[in-house]
Amino acid sequence: MSEAVVSTLAIGMIGGAIRVGTPYLFVSLGECITEKGGRVNLGLEGILVMGAMSGYALSYLSGSPWIGLLCAAAMGLCMGLLHGLICSLPRVNDIAFGIGLMLLGTGLAFFLGKGFIQPQAPQLPALSLGSFIADPRWRSALSINALFPIGVLLSLLLHWGLRSTRPGLALRLVGDHEGTARALGYPVATVRIIATAVGGAFAGVGGAYLSLCYPGSWSEGLSSGQGIMAVALVIFARWRPLGCLAAAMLFGAAGALGPALQSIGISSGYHLFNAAPYALTLAIMIASCRPRQTLGGTPGELSLTR
Amino acid sequence: MSRALALEVIAAGKSFGAFRALDEVSLRVKPGSVHALLGENGAGKSTLVKGLIGYQSLDQGQVMVDGREVEIAHPRAAQKLGIGMVYQHFTVAPGLSVAENLLLATGKLPLHIRWGRVRAELSAFMDGAPFKLALDAPVSGLSAGEKQKLEILKQLYLQQRLLILDEPTSVLTVQEADEVLGLLRDMAHRGEISVLMITHKFGEVLAYADEVTVLRRGRLVAQAPVAEATHDKLARWIMGEPEAGESAEALLDDAATRRLPRAPGSREARLEVDRLSVLDDRGLPRVHEVSLAVHGGELVGLAGIAGNGQRELIEALSGQRSVLGGAIRVDGLPYAATRAQMRERRVFSLPEEPLYRGCVGKLSVAENIALRNFDQAPIRRLGGLVSYRAIRAQAQARIAAFKVRPPLPQRAMASLSGGNVQRAVLARELSEPVNVLIAANPVFGLDFRAVADIHARLLAARNAGAAVLVASDDLDELLQLADRLLVIRNGRIVYEVDAASADRAVIGGHMAAGH
Repeated sequence: MSEAVVSTLAIGMIGGAIRVGTPYLFVSLGECITEKGGRVNLGLEGILVMGAMSGYALSYLSGSPWIGLLCAAAMGLCMGLLHGLICSLPRVNDIAFGIGLMLLGTGLAFFLGKGFIQPQAPQLPALSLGSFIADPRWRSALSINALFPIGVLLSLLLHWGLRSTRPGLALRLVGDHEGTARALGYPVATVRIIATAVGGAFAGVGGAYLSLCYPGSWSEGLSSGQGIMAVALVIFARWRPLGCLAAAMLFGAAGALGPALQSIGISSGYHLFNAAPYALTLAIMIASCRPRQTLGGTPGELSLTR
Repeated sequence: MSRALALEVIAAGKSFGAFRALDEVSLRVKPGSVHALLGENGAGKSTLVKGLIGYQSLDQGQVMVDGREVEIAHPRAAQKLGIGMVYQHFTVAPGLSVAENLLLATGKLPLHIRWGRVRAELSAFMDGAPFKLALDAPVSGLSAGEKQKLEILKQLYLQQRLLILDEPTSVLTVQEADEVLGLLRDMAHRGEISVLMITHKFGEVLAYADEVTVLRRGRLVAQAPVAEATHDKLARWIMGEPEAGESAEALLDDAATRRLPRAPGSREARLEVDRLSVLDDRGLPRVHEVSLAVHGGELVGLAGIAGNGQRELIEALSGQRSVLGGAIRVDGLPYAATRAQMRERRVFSLPEEPLYRGCVGKLSVAENIALRNFDQAPIRRLGGLVSYRAIRAQAQARIAAFKVRPPLPQRAMASLSGGNVQRAVLARELSEPVNVLIAANPVFGLDFRAVADIHARLLAARNAGAAVLVASDDLDELLQLADRLLVIRNGRIVYEVDAASADRAVIGGHMAAGH
């Protein structure tokens, strides 16, 4: 294999990691916040698809992709709030309701989004970080959407905030030991509801990225399970925001494997390579599975791990 | 002026359904004193203090703090009044560090936590504190004693004026307990705090408390300065008038006299362990090629300092942990601790921390009692259906036989006190003829009536011909019960002796050698 081919592949993977990884980043940060509070929201897949649909629709109707983005975040916030509120009722299981929310979200998005499959909505702008580089491959790889740096900033902010702010510490306490939180008078249910709502907003933004950046249109096959994979990704990241960033990039690169190979002329097995993120999910689950010990950093109240 | 708080409770009451957990109980904690609250498990001590710190409101009664009537509706209100609770089950977040736990306890966090300044403040506090812990240590890595100290440090950091301690020494070594209680008593006598202490241990009451209040079945039975109390008086208050056919002394004497010598010739080995190796939670070998045998009608004690492999060995024998190598035989046949084998060969077990290792806390007492036989007639009916009527009937009979309180089969197991959880597990394990019984720390943290009761049951099983293996961290318990003693150290049996010729000091030496 010649040097040019290898570099094309590498650049394609890097660009792809950012392009494909950004929605993973937002959804996993959202799930990270939710799970730090001790709940699992499997409904993020549904929120993601609803965010994609509503963001696209509002961008098309209003003419501004930023209004679309806000709408997607608000949609995510509302659906997260719904999950948070309902799971605070006695005897409601967060996993079961999450699956319900996932199906509701996708179904509702397909129903409401029928009319927006054809028209082209205005897209979120890209930042050309590589404009000074002559190599067009680098230039296209470094043409980064505005949401990626925002996501990186948010993961840094979360990393700091979980340790050094009152809400961050309260969130970790509630997720780590409910009895202690109650004894100290922290409103456990309220904290979890807020965490789930904010997590939902993050997932909504992740959805808007899908429809307003990359691939950049609304269709029913848009998500392909990113919302669910984010749950695996958060476990892989050991509930650390910076870990989420790294894991999202890794998943993004795996997702870009197929297109990158195609760009150097290997198109046989394209669909097989597109399955790389899913294979990676399974591999990570197996690798991080230790039946006899619990993982470090696991929120103690999580129903997944208890 | 003294900082210590004066507390008065007048005619407190609380019911759970028809069960009267607390009935017209009044008590006074004088400022700068240590007040002991004594009673059996389920006597209402926990119910009373839960009301005082706003964790679970009282149905009736008044609470006065420094002479003023107050309402304590939630833990924050108690905290504002200067009442701090040190729980028996730890209320520290294991995933957070010592510093984070201390800071969170204050409840008045700034939006942005400046860790530099907070750490300086915490270090200064730690320098003046009665006991020290590393600020950055994750709490999950602390020992039980250190967690207990953290609980107390939390309240001291909050500058609380009344500390309520719920069995503060149940997880501490004797030295740690003396250290902690001594320091708290000195603080109280300097007028810095008042202490209300729930305990089972008479020695602690007599050594560290100024006054004592005794509850029995939700009612106040005695209140006196400790100077006027004696060991016997306390025992009589706790037990009340002897019930028909039993009294504390009788129960204890009974337990002692029931230790009949084994009939010669009945020495067939019921439980045999042959070069058994077991891994611990981290995947490291913890039990190394241990061999032992327990015979019918024999109670063998497994002594050792906690963490020397006895937990893993017992778990392997009870089927709670897989075996790395070696063999277990029951009645001479290979034994893999499957449900069918347990049933067929009548192998039963009393795991330590029974609520977590031997029960499903959220299921009812009745369901927990039926865990061994819900898949058999008469509970299992035609077509694999389960008869709840049979489950309840079985539970009612066994609850009565084993004196589980409250006697309500439908209560969730987790809502019972420690002694009653253990009684319920005994009711499940010992109601049928027993061939082999494996027990670990069977009386850990229990009051003395429950201890006497459970010891009597273990000996009764032995006298009925069962092979009984008891592992305990308490050597005195084993010396009292066992026919033969084994000492485990670093996962190996290092010493074996007949109880008749056992010497406490020699055994202690074998337990500790190399430490």
